Amino acid sequence: MRLSVRFPVQILIGGALTLLFIGAALVSFFWTPYPVETLTIADKLAPPGPQHWLGTDHFGRDTLSMLMVGARTSIAVAVVAVGIGILLGVPLGLTAAANRGGWLDEVIMRANDLIFAFPALVIAILITAVFGPSATNAILAIGIFNVPVFARVARGGALSLWTLDFIMAARVAGKGAARISAEHILPNIANLLIVQGTIQFSLGILAEAGLSYVGLGAQPPTPSWGRMLADAQTMIYTAPRLAILPGLSIVAMVLGLNLIGDGLRDLLDPRVRRARG
Amino acid sequence: MARYLFTRLISLVISLIAASVVIFAVIEVIPGDTASYMLGLNATPEAVAALRDELGLNGSLPARYGHWVAGLLTGDFGQSYTYRVPVAELVAARVQVSLPLALIALALSTAIAFPVGIIAAARRGRPADYAIMGATQLGIAVPNFWFAMLLVLVFAVNLRWFSAGGFPGWDAGLLPGLKALTLPAIALALPQASILARVMRSSLIETLSQDYIRTARAKGLSRRQATRRHALRNAMIPVLTIIGLQFSFLLAGAIIIENVFFLPGLGRLIFQAITQRDLIVVESVVMLLVFAVIVVTFAVDLAYALVDPRLRRGRAR
Repeated sequence: MRLSVRFPVQILIGGALTLLFIGAALVSFFWTPYPVETLTIADKLAPPGPQHWLGTDHFGRDTLSMLMVGARTSIAVAVVAVGIGILLGVPLGLTAAANRGGWLDEVIMRANDLIFAFPALVIAILITAVFGPSATNAILAIGIFNVPVFARVARGGALSLWTLDFIMAARVAGKGAARISAEHILPNIANLLIVQGTIQFSLGILAEAGLSYVGLGAQPPTPSWGRMLADAQTMIYTAPRLAILPGLSIVAMVLGLNLIGDGLRDLLDPRVRRARG
Repeated sequence: MARYLFTRLISLVISLIAASVVIFAVIEVIPGDTASYMLGLNATPEAVAALRDELGLNGSLPARYGHWVAGLLTGDFGQSYTYRVPVAELVAARVQVSLPLALIALALSTAIAFPVGIIAAARRGRPADYAIMGATQLGIAVPNFWFAMLLVLVFAVNLRWFSAGGFPGWDAGLLPGLKALTLPAIALALPQASILARVMRSSLIETLSQDYIRTARAKGLSRRQATRRHALRNAMIPVLTIIGLQFSFLLAGAIIIENVFFLPGLGRLIFQAITQRDLIVVESVVMLLVFAVIVVTFAVDLAYALVDPRLRRGRAR
């Protein structure tokens, strides 16, 4: 019985953390305490106070405003990258499962293995070498990295479903593989995909931060948490605060998403629920 | 075992060929002429023609691909355009930093994760387990490069136990070199150790609930004995998978962490190469990284076979 209390708590805390940042990102479209484009050198490196709640950076930009817009960048990149992963990966995984054991399955899965050998950072390096650095490239790199992840999850979930009676019934009723995949398989693996989506969302936040930190992601003047950290590094002796706040934001956001993901998995996977009980 | 090894070897070779084709194709995608791209807008036609010649860009696509791969196989990675030295030389110098860094981090991560994961599994549902799970949950969420900056702040800026960055080179001796890699390795290892500890814990818990463990307990083995003799070995398969995966993350992570500590590794080389449009260097280093990932995956597959005799006889996954 302890379970029914514990798991929602995990999701609640995670949800609250995540909503905080999503809310901040949404608000930043309409309002930030200070504009992030204008540089006010006179106010540079101001400590936190009534004027600037979290202080300012070396260009006099308000840290809170930067963090809010940075949340927007991180979330946008991660969400679109998860979208790419789902839109491309899930159909691939479903196709592979529908042709299980066939050559198409083999081709799709080997192609997946191949993409898997390219870490997101390496994909980003390749794309940047060709097209130059930008937030779009970060999205592409993380998105491509997500494709095999979702393909594997979709295929794995679908494979076990294809052996079940209700799928057999649908086949007897004359439905084709594509229709069965869309109408019967997909709704039944939605749980798995949501959990994986949450995990990839959090990994996307981390990856975006890393890419923009090394200069392969969002370019100045677009504020992003990774860039803020890169800027702060040169001032770590004089203003360590600047290095701490964006990092804490990343940790809180990722932690929130991971808590949601873990909570959902425990909630949705009856096997785990029994094992824990 | 021989058959298993053979099929894995074939798939290793195919993966490597496919990866090299992908990398080659992506670099070829660059709109327009690679040589004029590398030289920028102000290049004279003579310079472009000379570079085209130097890069061997005048042949057909398959011929150039063949030339590139043949070069890779014989250790001739071509000539760096900006540094004017063989790429192989550049890479060899940088690997001496990046590879030890990734390996030390891997060893550290494993050394931390195993005992922590085993303790959590053994104390499942008790305070120690909750503390470990909480700490690892946090560890997973921490970006390694930010953790690196915090380490610099505490141990270099405040305590002054370590220098904030730089690398003296292995010529300066083993100890100074290792000391320079200590903070970077810790920064890389802790987030990975968090993941690995969780995998170790859940895998061990799963294994401990198997029937053969109950049988072992019924034969009179203590919980500890049953864990050591039967459960640990069987719990290793998912753990090995993650260790294999982590190597590629550590290698990529090393590239980012090198930035924090100003280490002259592959990361610095590749980022400089990108800004200077030194595509040969980018191409070779990327191939090297992907090669490492694929070979490690292969090694993990072999390790499975050693741990799990069923895989040796059966089909290759």
